[in-house]
Amino acid sequence: MTAIELRNVTKKFATADGGTYTAIEDLSLTVEDGQFCAVVGPTGCGKSTTLTLISGLERPSRGEAFVHGEQVRGIDTSTGFVFQQDAVFPWRSVLDNVAAGPVYRGASRSEATALARDWLRRVGLSGFEDRYPHQLSGGMRKRVALAQSLINQPRVLLMDEPFSALDVQTRAIMSTELLNLWDQTKPAVVFVTHDLEEAIALADKVVVITAGPGTVKAEFEIDLPRPRVVQEIRFDPRFTQLYEQIWEALRAEVAEAYARTTAATEVAS
Amino acid sequence: MIDTPTQPQTVAAPRPDVPVDPATIPSAPSARTRARRRRTVLAGARLAIVVVLLVTWQACVNAKIVDPFFWGEPEGVWADLVDWFTVGTSQGSLGAQILVTLEEAVLGFIIGSILGVVCGIALGRVRLLSELFAPFLKAANSIPRIILGSIFTVAFGFGIQSKVILAVVLVFFGVFFNAFQGAREVDRNLIANARLLGASRWQVTRGVVLPSAFTWILASLHISFGFALIGALVGEILGANQGLGLLIRSSQNNFDMNGVLAGMVLVAVIALTAEALITLLERRLLRWRPPQTHGGAAVE
Repeated sequence: MTAIELRNVTKKFATADGGTYTAIEDLSLTVEDGQFCAVVGPTGCGKSTTLTLISGLERPSRGEAFVHGEQVRGIDTSTGFVFQQDAVFPWRSVLDNVAAGPVYRGASRSEATALARDWLRRVGLSGFEDRYPHQLSGGMRKRVALAQSLINQPRVLLMDEPFSALDVQTRAIMSTELLNLWDQTKPAVVFVTHDLEEAIALADKVVVITAGPGTVKAEFEIDLPRPRVVQEIRFDPRFTQLYEQIWEALRAEVAEAYARTTAATEVAS
Repeated sequence: MIDTPTQPQTVAAPRPDVPVDPATIPSAPSARTRARRRRTVLAGARLAIVVVLLVTWQACVNAKIVDPFFWGEPEGVWADLVDWFTVGTSQGSLGAQILVTLEEAVLGFIIGSILGVVCGIALGRVRLLSELFAPFLKAANSIPRIILGSIFTVAFGFGIQSKVILAVVLVFFGVFFNAFQGAREVDRNLIANARLLGASRWQVTRGVVLPSAFTWILASLHISFGFALIGALVGEILGANQGLGLLIRSSQNNFDMNGVLAGMVLVAVIALTAEALITLLERRLLRWRPPQTHGGAAVE
C-alpha cells in the first residue's frame, strides 16, 4: 500500500524583498508502507520542504500531498518527525521528553511514563531518565528525539538530516541503531540527507533531487540485503556500484548548486 | 633530579636549584579554602568601604563641613532606627509600618506579574490580539505612570487599595513586554515538534511557550519588585495613614532628614531581601538551563 504520495507539488515562499522563491517545483514522490526512502540532493534544493509538506507543517502552493490515501490538510499526528537541530524540550527531563507524545494524546501520566521507560531502554538510555538534555551528548540527545518520536508508533517517519550534527563514528552507530528501531515498527520513512553514503547504507530507495527549485531527477532501488551494519556495508562491492551509479546523477546537481552559490558570493563581494 | 635509594645521600639540605617535592611544602591550601578565604576578604573589604564612607560623612558633619539639617548624619539615622525599633514610630509600631508597605508591594508585584505574563503570552501567541492592542500598550507605557498615583489616591482613598493598584501598574509593563518578547522568540522547531507529537494549541502555549519565555520573564521580575516597592512608597507619600512611605513623608514634614534616611535604609533592606528570594526562585525554575559559569558534567 502507498504510505506517502506527493503529486506534482510546488512550494513557493515569499521573500523579504517582496518576490517569491520557488523551493520545489512539480515534484512527485511515492513511498510504500514499510519502505525506507532516502532523499538526496545538493544544499538548498528543497529537501526539507518536501518533509514539511508531508507532515502538514506547510501547505503546497500547487499539487497535493497524501498520507495513507488521505490528503494532508493540517498537522498530521500519525506522522513522526525528527528534526535536524535539537527539538527536544530543554526544560523537561529525558523521561518527560519521551513521555510528552502519549501525554499530549491523552494517556495517563503513569501509562506514559511506563511506555517512555520502555522506549528509553530500546534506544539505550536507561539510567538517564532524570537528566536534562543539556547534560547529554549530541548522540544521546538524538536518541531522545528518536524515542520521543517513535513512542507514538508513527506509520510515517520523517527525518530531516537527523545525524548531520554528529561526528562520523557516532553517526554510523546511530544509523545502525536507527535501522534496528525501524525494523521493530516498520514505518514508512523519508530520510533527507546530503550524504549519499548514508542514503545508500540506510535506504530501500534513493531519490535524487535537482538543484533548486527541486524536482525528482532519478530514483534508485537499493537491493543490498538486510539486516545491514552501516559501518561495514560500504565494503560491499554492490555498494560501490550503486554509489557510482547514483553519484553520476547527483554530480551535475551538486556542481550546479555550487556554481550558483559561488556566483552569488562573487556578485555580493 | 630524582634521588634513587642506591645513590649516596650526600645532600642533607634541599638545594635551591632542585625542585622541591610538593609534599614537603607546608599545607598548600586547597582550592576550596582559597575560595572561602577570597570570599571572606571580599566581604571584609566591602564592609571597610561602608565604614569609611560613614565615618567620613560623620567626620564632615562634626567638622561642620556638611550641615546635618539638610543631609542628615549617620549617628542620627542610627538613633532614629533604634528609636523606631524599641519605642515605635509616631504612627504605631515599626513592624506594622513595614508590614503594610510589604503587603502593598507584594500584592502589587504578584497581581502585576500575573497580569503581565498572561497578557504578554496571549498577545505573543495570538497575532490578532497583538495587532489590535500593541499601539495602546505602547502609548500607555510612554505615560509617566507615577502621575496615576494622584488619581488612584483620590479615587481609591488612603487605604491599601490605591497603593496596590499603583504598584500593579508599575510592575505590569515591564513583565508584559518581556513575556511578549519571550513568547515571540520561541524556537519554531520546538513548537512544530510539540504540534507533531500531538499537542493542542493550549498545550503548546503551556508546555512550550511559557517555559521558553520564562527566561525572559524571570529577568523582568528582578526589576519588577523594585517597581512594586516604588509604587507602594509613592502611593503612601501621596496620601496614606500607614506605611514606610508615610513615615518618610512625615519625617520630611518635620525637617527630620535622619528619619527620611532611616526609612530609606529599611526600604533597601526589604528590596535586597526580595532580590535574594527571586534569585532563589530563578535557580529553582531554571534548573534545566546549562550552567553558565562552570561546565556541567556531560556523560558519554
